[in-house]
Amino acid sequence: MTQITRDHSPTDNLSRQNDRGLLAWLIGRQAFWVFVAAVLACLALSLMSDRFATGQNLFNVTRNFAFVGIIALGMTVVIITGGIDLSVGSVVVMSAMVTAVLMESGQPVLVGLAGAIAVSLLIGAINGVLVASLGMPPFVVTLGMLSVARSLAMVLSNNKMIFEFGPDHSLLLALGGGSLAGIPNPLIVLVVLALITWFALTWTRWGRRLYAIGGNEHAAILTGVPVKAIKISAYMFCSLCAGLTGFLETGWLGSVTTNLGQGMELAVIAAAVIGGAHLAGGIGSAFGAVVGAMLIEVIRNSLILLGISSFWQGAFVGSFIVIAVAFDRFRRHSNSE
Amino acid sequence: MAVLELRNVSKHFGAIEALNDVSLSIEPGEVVGLVGDNGAGKSTLVKIIAGNFPPSSGELHVSGELTQLHNPADARAKGIEIVYQDLALANNLSAAGNIFLGREKTIGVGPFRILDYQGMYKRAGELFAELKSETRPRDLVSQMSGGQRQAVAIARTRLSDPRIVLMDEPTAAISVRQVAEVLNLIRRLQSRAIAVVLISHRMPDIFAVTDRLVVLRRGRKVADKRVAESSPEEVTGLITGAIEQA
Repeated sequence: MTQITRDHSPTDNLSRQNDRGLLAWLIGRQAFWVFVAAVLACLALSLMSDRFATGQNLFNVTRNFAFVGIIALGMTVVIITGGIDLSVGSVVVMSAMVTAVLMESGQPVLVGLAGAIAVSLLIGAINGVLVASLGMPPFVVTLGMLSVARSLAMVLSNNKMIFEFGPDHSLLLALGGGSLAGIPNPLIVLVVLALITWFALTWTRWGRRLYAIGGNEHAAILTGVPVKAIKISAYMFCSLCAGLTGFLETGWLGSVTTNLGQGMELAVIAAAVIGGAHLAGGIGSAFGAVVGAMLIEVIRNSLILLGISSFWQGAFVGSFIVIAVAFDRFRRHSNSE
Repeated sequence: MAVLELRNVSKHFGAIEALNDVSLSIEPGEVVGLVGDNGAGKSTLVKIIAGNFPPSSGELHVSGELTQLHNPADARAKGIEIVYQDLALANNLSAAGNIFLGREKTIGVGPFRILDYQGMYKRAGELFAELKSETRPRDLVSQMSGGQRQAVAIARTRLSDPRIVLMDEPTAAISVRQVAEVLNLIRRLQSRAIAVVLISHRMPDIFAVTDRLVVLRRGRKVADKRVAESSPEEVTGLITGAIEQA
């Protein structure tokens, strides 16, 4: 029998053993090492480039990473159940477009936000029902949704750019692009959402059952866990995160085009996986999602600052996913011997 | 009074007769071995008792009361607990996490409730102590031996103070030493007046721990007798059909 050591499990509250100290527990967590790597990368960049540690650049980095981070929280929840959501980039553009169309027609910003939330929850519910109730593979369902949602965003806007947001125009731009006490608003949303996600995963029945479904779905069914409802809620939560991001990005950019969020699913999945989420399910954490997103953005920013062509970004992000999974494979393999 | 009584239970799937007119009665604290070849109807019988599907005809009485079980939750509410062959454990959770799976303890007010980790550890520790198992509540199931995993699955059935525990091949995939451990766990359940139905292929286990055995062959009950009055040779003969009836 292979022994699978899942010592970086976020279910540590139920697994941490008494005889292990806090330091040992920390060292065993992938998210901790990713955090260390991100800090080291920041330090190295500050030394190598005099532009990194400037206020403006840091402001940009934190805001960019906030968008990926917010969705990575939702993605982590889905990955914990053993699923995947490829449609998040399209949910971003779809919800942004709904916000834009509503506000352009003169609706207040709250209606725009409600529209973004409603459409993202609806898409999440459709994904969830197809996966949980009809038993379809998440990969296929959300790949289809990736195409459908982006296409609907094009239909909705007639593939035109929207940059006039009616009477609440400046309020929307302030919400997405502004800052509070020097901290970009999207970053505040990320921190609040990360705390909520951490709490839900660690301290609620819902969180506990997400891990159980990812660990052994059959066992969860036999012990009376409402597996379908919980899976649907996971996809809805992930979609909601993408919807909020769509709303905030609209305010940040000041315009919406139909290529918004294109290819974003890759960065988001990379962030979750680098942060320790297992694509096989059962493992992942809110903290991991945030530090994973942070590391990706720092690396991306460093490429720009160091004058490396932006064409290289995809190669880096893609390799990161593979390396993170390979790293974990290797460690589990060496543990089983 | 019998804790569980089946009266003339039959089950057919289309033209296939999986169970044919089986009657069976189990007393509190009794350990009954259920044996038979593959396809003899053992798992059909277990699934009827577990509430997975209803019998085509016949009656089920739990503690003297005519009962219809529509799903596994019904059976559990009536005090019938199952230890599944694959144990139904989530490897990524701790022992306590698995025992309380689907029945997590929480503390809080109204809808604002958080998981009661301390309470779950404490109760799980008590259950393991009661079963005299060395398993620790905080250990991950993925790092456990087969015997410890069985202890977790059995401790889970004790959570609700059951009247009857069905165990499907609990000793099929574990080492000899661990088998002894599991048989001890069964005796502990028995000492608490819990009836146990043990489904097993392993004749030594049946003879070591059961009071009575029931042999199924091709959906019919061909023997129901005290273990002390039987022998492994006779049971083998009954299972294969070399002996018609006993």
